[in-house]
Amino acid sequence: MSEPVKSRKKLSSLIYSEKARGVFAQILVTGGIAFIAWYLISNTFENLANQGIATGYSFLSLESSFGISEHMIEFTPADSYGRALMVGLLNTMKVSLLGIIFASLIGFVVGVSRMSKNWILSRIAAVYINLFRNIPVLLQLIFWYTLINNGFPSPKRALEVLPDVFLSNRGVLFPVPADHPAYFWMGVVFVIALAGVWLLRRWALARQDRTGQSFPYAWAGLALVIVSVFITYIVCGAPTEMSTPVLKGFNFKGGAKLSPEFLSLLIGLSLYTSTYIADIVRSGLQSVPKGQEEASTDLGLKPSQTLVHVVLPQASRVMIPPLTSQYLNLTKNSSLAVAVGYPDLVSLSNTTMNQTGQAIEAISIFMGVYLGLSLAISLFMNWYNKKMALVER
Amino acid sequence: MKSLKLIVGGTIAATAALSTFAMAGETVDSIKAKGYVQCGANTALAGFSAPTSEGKWEGLDIDLCHAVAAAILGDASKARFTPLTAAQRFTALQSKEVDLLARNTTWTLSRDTKVGLNFAGVNYYDGQGFMVAKASGITSATELDGATVCIEPGTTTELNLADYFRAQGMSFEPVVIENAVEAVQTFFSGRCDVYTTDASGLASYRQTAPNPDDFMVLPEIISKEPLGPAVRHGDEEFADIVRWTHIAMLEAEEKGITSANVDTFKKDSKDPGIQRLLGTTGDMGKALGVSDDWAYNIIKQVGNYGESFDRNVKAKLGLERGLNALWTDGGLMYPAPIR
Repeated sequence: MSEPVKSRKKLSSLIYSEKARGVFAQILVTGGIAFIAWYLISNTFENLANQGIATGYSFLSLESSFGISEHMIEFTPADSYGRALMVGLLNTMKVSLLGIIFASLIGFVVGVSRMSKNWILSRIAAVYINLFRNIPVLLQLIFWYTLINNGFPSPKRALEVLPDVFLSNRGVLFPVPADHPAYFWMGVVFVIALAGVWLLRRWALARQDRTGQSFPYAWAGLALVIVSVFITYIVCGAPTEMSTPVLKGFNFKGGAKLSPEFLSLLIGLSLYTSTYIADIVRSGLQSVPKGQEEASTDLGLKPSQTLVHVVLPQASRVMIPPLTSQYLNLTKNSSLAVAVGYPDLVSLSNTTMNQTGQAIEAISIFMGVYLGLSLAISLFMNWYNKKMALVER
Repeated sequence: MKSLKLIVGGTIAATAALSTFAMAGETVDSIKAKGYVQCGANTALAGFSAPTSEGKWEGLDIDLCHAVAAAILGDASKARFTPLTAAQRFTALQSKEVDLLARNTTWTLSRDTKVGLNFAGVNYYDGQGFMVAKASGITSATELDGATVCIEPGTTTELNLADYFRAQGMSFEPVVIENAVEAVQTFFSGRCDVYTTDASGLASYRQTAPNPDDFMVLPEIISKEPLGPAVRHGDEEFADIVRWTHIAMLEAEEKGITSANVDTFKKDSKDPGIQRLLGTTGDMGKALGVSDDWAYNIIKQVGNYGESFDRNVKAKLGLERGLNALWTDGGLMYPAPIR
């Protein structure tokens, strides 16, 4: 007797339950999105099949047959499309990483100058910020590229600005130490020494907590790194042979080169992004109440200690989230490389897409890679943000 | 997480949207419905496809588009042009942004199959060459070891270049710039020792140099480049129309029919071949799915292949017919019979 009543009650309670309605709405929305996605994807494949266009990612292992000017890993036209895309990814990461470093350094200096009491300095910083921020970055890239190509002399009349350092419209050439196993081991020791410095810092901070005695771990760590790397250099035979650029035929042979494509992209991205970073730095520093600085000075901290231990930690809390988005912007803007001929991921994907006709696959690869890169930067910056966040006890 | 879902969803949707929704009907039907032919053209290649200072498009490839419009719609002016870089062109055709690609595109096996194109003939036989600055002192392509080479990406040029240097055991450094005009300007600025593309392209770009006499084209031709119009794979009806439009222009030249005298031929000619071509007898147009006076419209409004070649390639670039002469004059242009 009581059964139907109970079930009716259950049903009506489902309708009136906010939670049940919520779940139903979510199922409806998710189902709708899934249907649209399925429709688009199945349609795409049907159309591709109708036009006889190849699908799938098997093209990645085919021989690429095109040349790439700048590669951090070995690459010849006999290598595969997959390897070509890997070259592009590494080139993108190279220019993004260096761009982030330079943009941060320039941005920091300009941001601090902008707040300077020196009128001329602060005006110059203001003009710099407004100039480079308000010109589209693509135009800036093309400007730098054209400037280097037309403003610098031909290789035969290259400017030797320093001994064995040449400036020409083929880029900047400079001598580097010739290949030797010593450099590999120096790198290994460098990484080990860094780990040692980290341990040293932990020990020093722990001791300071315990006994109050401070230990200059920064200087000690620096000395540790320099001495250990130098000892490795001596032990491995202290190679002194240099690879210097020499004009042979058309071009310089030997030495290392920064191409006009790479330089214009790096300069353009760094200057453009640095203007945003400068304002972020300024807002960060201004957000720290003046009383903090005064209190710190009164407690007897030196100005450098005040900056490092009092002002910067508080300023960075304000700075990190917007800095993250600027770093992401710089990484994504590096895809403009195609305009100045730098072989980044997008440029090489475009070529691959065109030679194989598989646009969807190539685009899916580079979209996935940019998404991955951006998420990696976000994750790192979020972790750093959490670490720097105010710990309330 | 929510934003991640959005990104993933958006990515899938955007990727799929690159292609098209369901079948939009045959190309010919859509051309008749919208009233014009949408052609993918080169961004700026004098002689083949380039806008004039008044914004009117001119060139050998452009004429072919006008001819297709004349054949299908009876009005050569019903053609619109989308300028495309080499890297954009196939995606634009695949995604139906354009109906027809008339953009000095080399006919190759992989493009005819994997890339999903159908080549409807060859309207210019070309080959890849090299251009250098005269001041460099280079006189032959075999002296190019170690050279920096400016090229356009996504072209057969890029592949031939790598093949040629590999075969010769020479090295090169490519500077790849997507926009052909930018790439050429970069070469003129001295960034590269060499610019390479099809010989016709070299002749065309050389004229855009600040001082064309400072540059020269090397004698070597390192590849075969049969350039032709392409349509989407799977639309045979439209491919046939484009193919026979080109043939009709060749046939007209072979028979001596020009835009000036086509009316006389149509009225007086007793030659059954000419009568079939001009639609006074037979049902050639009906077989193609267009009106029977299709070829008459092409010749009257656009002209025959020789006229088009002379006013574009010859007049603007100073290039002779060479391989592109009719077979009767020792060239490769050999129209299939219209019957």
